[in-house]
Amino acid sequence: MDAATVLIQAMNGIQYGLLLFLVASGLTLIFGIMGVINIAHGSFYMIGAYLAWSLMGWVGSFWIGLIVGVTVALLLGLVLEWLFIRFLYDRDHLQQVLVTYGLILIFSELRSMIWGDDVHSVPIPELLNGSIQLTENLAYPIYRLWLSGVCIVIAILMFLGIQHTRLGMMIRAGESDREMTKSLGINIGLVYRFIFALGVSLAAFSGMISAPISSVFPGMGSQVLIVSFVVVVIGGLGSIKGAMIAALLVGLIDTFGKVIHLDIFGVNIFPEMSGMSIFALMALILMLRPQGLFGRER
Amino acid sequence: MMLILLPVFGERFYIQFASKILIMIIFVSSLNLLVGFTGLVSLGHAAFFGSSGYVIALLSPIGTSMNLFVALLSSVLCVGALGAVFGALVLRTKGIFFIMSTLALGEMLFYFLHDTAFAGGSDGIYIHDRPGFNLFGWWQLDLSNVSHFYYLALILVCLVLMLIKRIMNSPFGRVISGIRVNEHRTKALGYHTYKFKLVCFVIASMIAAISGFLAAVQFGVVNPEMVGWHASGHALMMVILGGKGSILGPVLGTTTLMLVEEIFQVATKHWQLLTGIVVVLVALFFPNGLAGLNFPKKRPET
Repeated sequence: MDAATVLIQAMNGIQYGLLLFLVASGLTLIFGIMGVINIAHGSFYMIGAYLAWSLMGWVGSFWIGLIVGVTVALLLGLVLEWLFIRFLYDRDHLQQVLVTYGLILIFSELRSMIWGDDVHSVPIPELLNGSIQLTENLAYPIYRLWLSGVCIVIAILMFLGIQHTRLGMMIRAGESDREMTKSLGINIGLVYRFIFALGVSLAAFSGMISAPISSVFPGMGSQVLIVSFVVVVIGGLGSIKGAMIAALLVGLIDTFGKVIHLDIFGVNIFPEMSGMSIFALMALILMLRPQGLFGRER
Repeated sequence: MMLILLPVFGERFYIQFASKILIMIIFVSSLNLLVGFTGLVSLGHAAFFGSSGYVIALLSPIGTSMNLFVALLSSVLCVGALGAVFGALVLRTKGIFFIMSTLALGEMLFYFLHDTAFAGGSDGIYIHDRPGFNLFGWWQLDLSNVSHFYYLALILVCLVLMLIKRIMNSPFGRVISGIRVNEHRTKALGYHTYKFKLVCFVIASMIAAISGFLAAVQFGVVNPEMVGWHASGHALMMVILGGKGSILGPVLGTTTLMLVEEIFQVATKHWQLLTGIVVVLVALFFPNGLAGLNFPKKRPET
């Protein structure tokens, strides 16, 4: 591989990592603050991508579709929290897993009823269609750069929001002591509902902006869910910083695993087994540091 | 009694369906050993179910059939070794982390079997000659015969349920229950809880291997779907539907869910929607499952 290929693959890896961060941060927020494991998180990503596809068809503009889609996801999050999730705060993990697993089945079947089981593609919005010339014969698509930029902006906003706003203060208070926060007159139920809806819309938003660079297909939800779990396990549960670093690591390893060619003892390790590389990394982290890179000792 | 006579009167389809239920009962029981008795919620248990099928599919010679006992034993031992490796890794974590890492390791196995050539990729592998057993030349067990297969599954279910009962009544089982209720306290009593959990994890993976072996032999084919996490999730639904932490819970949960799903499948194309709704409702309103249902008794009139 020459330097230019490495550079392009590195940029792809970082971009994939940033996208993973958006999905995984929603997961880790919902767990870190509310103590709920939400395995339906991937479904919201999938719903986002399908929304992007069908809204493009209806309104014809990617941008209006994006706004409408995020609004829909936010409302969906609020309704789901009110219907199901709020009953799960005091329950054990097994029931949380089962309720959200049931939601996966429901959403995947609804998706099949509404949108069918076909694979679709979403065109890149015209404004960002094109590429930047890096060297004479290598170019990088603008859309991918824009996507990375958006992810970075959201990450910064999230960090500032949690550390420096009144709402962020309530969230952090609710995280450390739910009962105490309640008795100080803060409607913690409402804060939780907002957090859950935020997580849902983050996942859906990631699905929507990733739709133009990858195809829209039924299994995309569980695929992203599993990779996000790997990210969260590596980064440490409830840690936004850990999620960021782990997501970048996973993005880079996964991307490079697909382009490297490596045979050991005649067995083709890469790229044939590249699907396993991130799991191998996770196993290594589990051996060396079971609480994750930035997880608290518990 | 009805269970024993079923192959005599039942039609081929029903015998096969009953065998499927029996296989699932073994698998769900092994998961219940982890979830219900030890308090370890695993979302990757299908890894052991599926890999057992792969072991037997890869070992089966073409042209001759393997001895049933050799085949079963080699499956169980290989999967037990895999269980020890996976268990040693995932048991370093707790709670929600445990759920996530079991799921991730299970998926790793899925991608491994799905992407490599020797495991047949997404199509899986066919078992051409099923293992059999010849009793001194005057009786031949033929697993392609649905009745023979049914009886083998029935015997194995009984053995597995007895084994689990035996385990839970042993001193080992007491420690396991102690870990579920309060791990710190059990540790304080001087038990090395990690070792106990690991042994339990390996036993559960070996029991799952028995069911995976049967499932592979029943239709003579294995594919990566057997390892995938939806298979694990499906079994978890049956555990909680039946009522976790009881010996007969998995029997009840598996039979009920499989019958209900069969009815849904006949009724509508979108049966998964109905299954999803049932799961959500059961998990929200009947967390103790069917075995934990207390039917209100009629009050004596005064």
